[in-house]
Amino acid sequence: MSISEDKIKQLKEMAKSVRRNLLKAIYEGKMGHPGGSLSATDILVYLYFSKLQIFPEDPSRKDREIFILSKGHAASALYAVLAARGFFSKDLLKIFGKINSSLQVHPDMTKVPGVEISTGALGMGLSVCVGMALASRMDGSKSRVYVLIGDGEMQSGQVWEASICAPHYKLDNLVAILDYNKIQLLGPVSQIMGIEPVAEKWKARGWEVIEIDGHNMSEIDEALEKTEEVKGKPSIIIAHTIKGKGVSFMENTARWHGGAPTEEEVKRALEELKD
Amino acid sequence: MGVCEQNMIGVAAGFARMGKIPFTSTFGVFASRRVCDQVSMLIAYPHLNVKVVGAYSGIVSGNNGATHQANEDVAIMRVMPGMVVIDPADEIEMAQAVKAIVEYNGPVYLRLTRDEWPLVSPPNYQFRIGKACIVREGKDVTLIGSGMMVSQCMEAAKILAQEGIESKVINMSTMKPIDVEIIIKVAKETKAIVTSENHNIIGGLGSAVAEVIGENYPVVMKRVGIKDIFGECGTNEELLDKYRISPKHIVKAVREVIKKRH
Ligand SMILES: Cc1ncc(C[n+]2csc(CCOP(=O)(O)OP(=O)(O)O)c2C)c(N)n1
Repeated sequence: MSISEDKIKQLKEMAKSVRRNLLKAIYEGKMGHPGGSLSATDILVYLYFSKLQIFPEDPSRKDREIFILSKGHAASALYAVLAARGFFSKDLLKIFGKINSSLQVHPDMTKVPGVEISTGALGMGLSVCVGMALASRMDGSKSRVYVLIGDGEMQSGQVWEASICAPHYKLDNLVAILDYNKIQLLGPVSQIMGIEPVAEKWKARGWEVIEIDGHNMSEIDEALEKTEEVKGKPSIIIAHTIKGKGVSFMENTARWHGGAPTEEEVKRALEELKD
Repeated sequence: MGVCEQNMIGVAAGFARMGKIPFTSTFGVFASRRVCDQVSMLIAYPHLNVKVVGAYSGIVSGNNGATHQANEDVAIMRVMPGMVVIDPADEIEMAQAVKAIVEYNGPVYLRLTRDEWPLVSPPNYQFRIGKACIVREGKDVTLIGSGMMVSQCMEAAKILAQEGIESKVINMSTMKPIDVEIIIKVAKETKAIVTSENHNIIGGLGSAVAEVIGENYPVVMKRVGIKDIFGECGTNEELLDKYRISPKHIVKAVREVIKKRH
């Protein structure tokens, strides 16, 4: 069953609002990672508002589904989504990145309800998902485990270890999503340490591979629905995205990987993201 | 080299085995925690001429929080046999240290910060591996610091001078091999030592100095450093204060050791 026009409209509005909120948080915190947060926003919004079985009033409920932000530097997007989904008050976003704050620049599971594992050192999330997916299977649970990884992050050795582990255990309850925005901290992935051919690599390792436009809600919807029919192996969705998506001067550049916008810049950005 | 720190260390070992002098560069956390086994097995064990550089050290790491705060890098590197560990106090010393480690044939860990800290090196200063430098004379107590903490010690010394306490300040930029001679000398002269490090108090400068005075000339000492806890986000100033490694905290430690000495 495909997603309704109305639902898509709702999700798009939510994504805009999340983009605004994450930029305000980064501006207030004077630190953060706008580029990779904006590229991941549509995927996160879809997951949290249309996919995951989660319980904001009881975040650790046994039968919940799991999402892990392996590229932890996109925390501002995760926090904005968690707040919108009711895990904590939106007011909290004001303390992002500040001293004594629960909202660290990289998510800390001991401080924030809804954060499933602390991340920030890249390359580690997929392995954790393998453990969770195995545990979930052991418990006879139908819950699925989702993880978002970056394309720069995909260079990391541990991702490759996990990538042979998940198919080995036939984890069809695990879905990885690659935020393929083609830019990492200092520049284009292809120049720093090329990862192509991406789809072939995952296929060769035994994954079901689906390629989509990571900003198109109906494509995200279709891909995630499809992963539920895959049996006996994990799925990876290669989501082609734009780093800095939604703010013209932040798009497709490493300049906005890390750092905070000035007052004037944040105003311009919010103007572009108006309803 | 990308998000491939372990590979980078292996590649560097290959370069070194072929006679080159590779420098590897990444955040301090990844240069130590993440590649611990690669550095130990591919660089320290074969004693290869690789210079491992970790920028962003200790609690001051560009407001990235605990995941990017290298509070254990010195401890990790110090226990690797044959590893030289250097934490320059300012940019003058850093430039000299880079030259010195190029001339030195063997594995080195160079610990850097990315922010500006006050200069402390005296005029005509000449850095030498394994030689500490007295940056301030004083007879009442000795402050031993490394890296950016030397400037914090200098700040503390100023405050203490107003109370009539004259501090000797030592820049222990090489933490391994540590300058045993100077530590014993100042222990004898001032009979009280306060160490200051931008690092966990376990395994770093404080431990290294305690090892020397414990075996050679025990005197009262106190370690200023991060109290075996993970850090968090915040400005450098806020973090130095909250994690109790600011000049104010060095001053407090000095008052305590002086009290204990009598
Ligand atoms: C192991 C590790 N190495 C380096 C870093 C520093 N770092 C933070 S984000 C980043 C770039 C990651 O690129 P990518 O995964 O493509 O993220 P995106 O472009 O989606 O933000 C780097 C190198 C890190 N956090 N962890």
